[in-house]
Amino acid sequence: MGLQIIKPDTRIDFLGYRKIALIVSGLILLLGLGSILVNGGLNYGIDFSGGITIQVKFQDDLDLKKVKTAVAPANLQDMRVQRFGLEGANEYLLRLSAENRDAEEVRNQVSAALEESLGTGFEIQRLEMVGPKVGSDLKNKALQALFYAVLLISIYISGRFEQKWFTAGIMAVGLVTGLYLLELLAVPLVYLIVAALLITLGLCWYLQLNYALGAVVALVHDVFITVGIFSLLNKDFDLTTIAALLTIIGYSLNDTIVVFDRIRENLRSKTSRTLKAIINTSINQTMSRTLLTSGTTMLVVLSLFILGGGVIHDFALALLIGVIVGTYSSIFVAASLLLGIGPTPEKEEEEGVGASNEPAQV
Amino acid sequence: MKGNLRWRILVAVIVIGLGLIYALPSFIPSGSFLARVLPDKDVNLGLDLKGGINLTLGVDMNKALSNQLDQLGEDLRSVAREQDILVLKPRSVGTEALEFLLLKPEKSEQLNRLIKENFSKQLSIDSAQTLDKDRMRYRLSLVPSYRTKLKDMTLDQALKVIRNRIDQFGVTEPDIRKLQNNRIQVQLPGIEDAERAVDLIQKTAHLQFQIVDEEADLQKAVQGQTPPGSELAYLQRRQADGSYAKEPIVLKERVLMTGEYLTDASVSFDQYNQPYVALSFNKRGSRIFERVTEEHVHKRLAIVLDDKVYSAPTIQEKISGGRATITGNFSVEEAHDLAIVLRAGSLPAPVEVLQERSVGASLGQQSIEQGVLSMIVGGILVLIFTIVYYGIGGLIVDTLLVFNILLVLAALAGFGATLTLPGIAGIILIIGTAVDASVLIFERIREELRRGMSPAKAVDEGFSRATLTIIDANVTTVIAAVILYQFGTGPVRGFAVTLSIGTIASMFTAIFVSRIFFDLWLSRKRPAASLKL
Repeated sequence: MGLQIIKPDTRIDFLGYRKIALIVSGLILLLGLGSILVNGGLNYGIDFSGGITIQVKFQDDLDLKKVKTAVAPANLQDMRVQRFGLEGANEYLLRLSAENRDAEEVRNQVSAALEESLGTGFEIQRLEMVGPKVGSDLKNKALQALFYAVLLISIYISGRFEQKWFTAGIMAVGLVTGLYLLELLAVPLVYLIVAALLITLGLCWYLQLNYALGAVVALVHDVFITVGIFSLLNKDFDLTTIAALLTIIGYSLNDTIVVFDRIRENLRSKTSRTLKAIINTSINQTMSRTLLTSGTTMLVVLSLFILGGGVIHDFALALLIGVIVGTYSSIFVAASLLLGIGPTPEKEEEEGVGASNEPAQV
Repeated sequence: MKGNLRWRILVAVIVIGLGLIYALPSFIPSGSFLARVLPDKDVNLGLDLKGGINLTLGVDMNKALSNQLDQLGEDLRSVAREQDILVLKPRSVGTEALEFLLLKPEKSEQLNRLIKENFSKQLSIDSAQTLDKDRMRYRLSLVPSYRTKLKDMTLDQALKVIRNRIDQFGVTEPDIRKLQNNRIQVQLPGIEDAERAVDLIQKTAHLQFQIVDEEADLQKAVQGQTPPGSELAYLQRRQADGSYAKEPIVLKERVLMTGEYLTDASVSFDQYNQPYVALSFNKRGSRIFERVTEEHVHKRLAIVLDDKVYSAPTIQEKISGGRATITGNFSVEEAHDLAIVLRAGSLPAPVEVLQERSVGASLGQQSIEQGVLSMIVGGILVLIFTIVYYGIGGLIVDTLLVFNILLVLAALAGFGATLTLPGIAGIILIIGTAVDASVLIFERIREELRRGMSPAKAVDEGFSRATLTIIDANVTTVIAAVILYQFGTGPVRGFAVTLSIGTIASMFTAIFVSRIFFDLWLSRKRPAASLKL
C-alpha cells in the first residue's frame, strides 16, 4: 500500500475558489494580451519571420557584452546576439535578416570575426536560414495545423465525448459550411481560426453541448495563457512552439475529459443533491489521479527543461506551462463554467455506448 | 474465462517479444552474436541528432521557361531561314510569350504553316500584327500542356543533376526529393562543410567557350560601353590567400561551344603540382572543338562557367582529339568539385537556397546525450514517484511503463521512423503521461474495492468504467499528433510520431496487458484482502 496523499474521503471545496481563480486567470490573460499588444504581435522566430540564426558555443565564460564585441568585426549591421539555453552553457544565438544575404557567406564572416577576436575558442554548432517564401509557407502551415486541430477536436468532443453523434453531425456541418463560406470570401487564416472557435462555442451553446463548451473554453484558456506567458518572457514563437501548443491542447482535454466523465457519471447515479456538491465530489474523486499524472508529467518535462539542452529548452518551457495550466483549467475553468451553465441535458434516447455501463444501484 | 486468459497472455507475450526483437538492435553493438540474429533495423536518427545539412532549394522555373522560349525562338529562326523566311529578334516576353519580327509580310502564310508543322506542340500564335509594309510583329505563347510538361521535365532534370553531383561527392545516405512548388529537398547527413556542399549543388555548371575580343576598349567596357556583339565578363584569378581577384575581360557574345558534348571531366596535376580540370568531348564535340580552334588560331579562347571566366589561354594550334583543360590556380578541393559539376551535367535552371538548416555533428551528439540524460533522469523519477505513491501497485504501473517505452522504441525501429530531438522529447513526455491510463484504471478499482465490491467485480468495474474515459482522453492527443505530422516539418514530425505511437502503446499496455496481470492475480484465488492497490 503506497501513500494515500488524497484520502478517500477528501472533500476540498474546489469550486469555492472559483472567483479567485477567475481573477487569477483574467489577470494572467490580460497581462499576456497586453504584452503581445505592446510588442506589436508575437515574437516570431525565424521559422515564421525568415532570417538567419547561428548558434555558437564558446569554450570560455563570456558574457553578452564580450560576445557582441567579439562578433563586431563581422560588420553585420542588424545582428542581434542573445544568450541561449541555460546559464553557464556558453551558448549564444546570433540572429539577422536573410534579405540579400548568402547564409554561407554570413557563416564565413562570423567565423572570421570570432577567429580574429578569440582565436579558436568557439564553435559554430548550428546555422539555420529560412528565406521569406519558406517563412510565410511555414506560418501558413502552422495556422492550418491550428485550424484543423480546432475543427477536428470540436467535432470529436461534441460527438464522442458528449455521446451525441447526431448533434456532432450538425456541429460538423455547421462548422464546415460556415468556414467554407468564409473561405469563399478569402478571409485570412488567422480570422478563420478565430471564426472556427467562435462557431464552435456558439454551436455548443446553441445545441446545449455544455460539457464540450466547458472543454473548449478551458483549452482556449490554456493556449492563450501559454502564448501570453511566452510573450511576457520574450520567447520566440516558432514551429516547436506550435507543436507544444497542440500537445497542450491534447493534454488539457485529456484532463478535462477525466473530470467531466466523472461528473456525468455522478450526475446519473445522483450521489448528491446539488450540482455544486456533485462537481466538487467528482473533482475530489479524480484528484488522486490528477496529482499522479500531472506529477509524473511535470517530473519528465522539468527534467527535459533542466537537462535537455538549449535547442529543446523553450519547447520544454511551453510544455511545463501547459501542463500546469491544463491541470488547473480542468478544475477552475471547465468545471466552474459547468457549474454556471449546468450540465448537458440528458435524453435517454441519445445515450450511446456508455449506457450499458450504468450501475444497477439506485 | 481461463482459456480466454491464455490467449490474451499469448498475444501480449508475442507483442512484447516482437518489441524486444525490434528495440534491442539499437542498443547492442553491431557485430556481436545478437546483432547478427536480430533484425537489421536501428532507430534512424534525424539530421538534428546526426549532424548534417537540410536544404530546401527553389528551382527558378521562370528562368527555365524564358530560357526555353529563347531556345524555341532560335530554333524557329533557323528553320525559317532554311525556307528563306527572315525572322528577326526572337525574344521571350516574360515566361509566357515569344515575340519576333517577320520581314516581308507576304510570307506570313508560309510562316504560319511552318509553325503549325514544326512547333504546334510547343507554340501557338497569339497575334500577328502588321507594323508597316515591311514588317510584322508575331506573338506566340507556350501551349499549356507543353508548359506543364516543361516544368516537370525541368524539375526532374534538376533533381537528377543534383543527385548525380551528391553521389559523386560521396555522401552516405543522402535524401533528395521533390517538394511542391518547384522545390527540392536535399538532406545530407554527416556533412560538416556546408559551404562547399551548397556551392556544389547550386552551381548551374553552364560551360561555354567564347573568343576574347582583343580590340575592345577595356576602360569603356567597364563603364558599360561594349562594342556590338561583345560583352563584359570577369576573369577570376585565385590569390595566394584563397580569395579571388576579378579582372575585366571583353568576350565576343557568340558562344562557339557549350558543355553539352562533355563526356568526362577529371582532376589532373601539371608539372608544378597545380591541379587543373581535364575535359574530354564526344565525337561530335571533338569535331566542333577542332574546327573552332582551327578557325581561331592565335586568338584567346575564354572558358566560361556560369558567367565567370576561368581562363582564357591563347590557341597555339588546332586542337584535335577532343581534349581541353580548365586551369585557374585552383585548390585541389575546388578542382575536384568543378570536375564533379561538369561531369554531372548542368542544371536546367538556376537554383536558389530557400531554406538551410545545418547542425554540426558535435551539437547532434550533445543533443543525444542531453536527451538521453533527461530521459533517464525523468524516467527514474517517475518510477520512484509512482512506487512511493502506489506501493506494490506502483510496481505494476512501472512494469507497464517499461513495456510501453519498449514498444515505442520497437515501433520506431520497425517502421523505419526517424528519431529527432523533439522526438526524444516526445518519448520523455510519454514516460510522464503513459502512467495516466493505468492510473485511471487502478484508481477506479481502488474505489470500487473501498465500496466493498469483491476483487473480481471491482477489477471488472474498474476496467469497464475507465476504458471509455481513457479512449476519449487519448484520442484527442492522437488527433493533435496526426495534425502535427500532416503540417509539421522534419524534427516536429518526429515528435508527432513518438507522441502518437506512445499514446497508442500506453492504451494497449494499460487496457490489455494490465488486465492480464489482474486476471492472473485473481485466478490464484488468494483472499480478497490481498488485492491492495
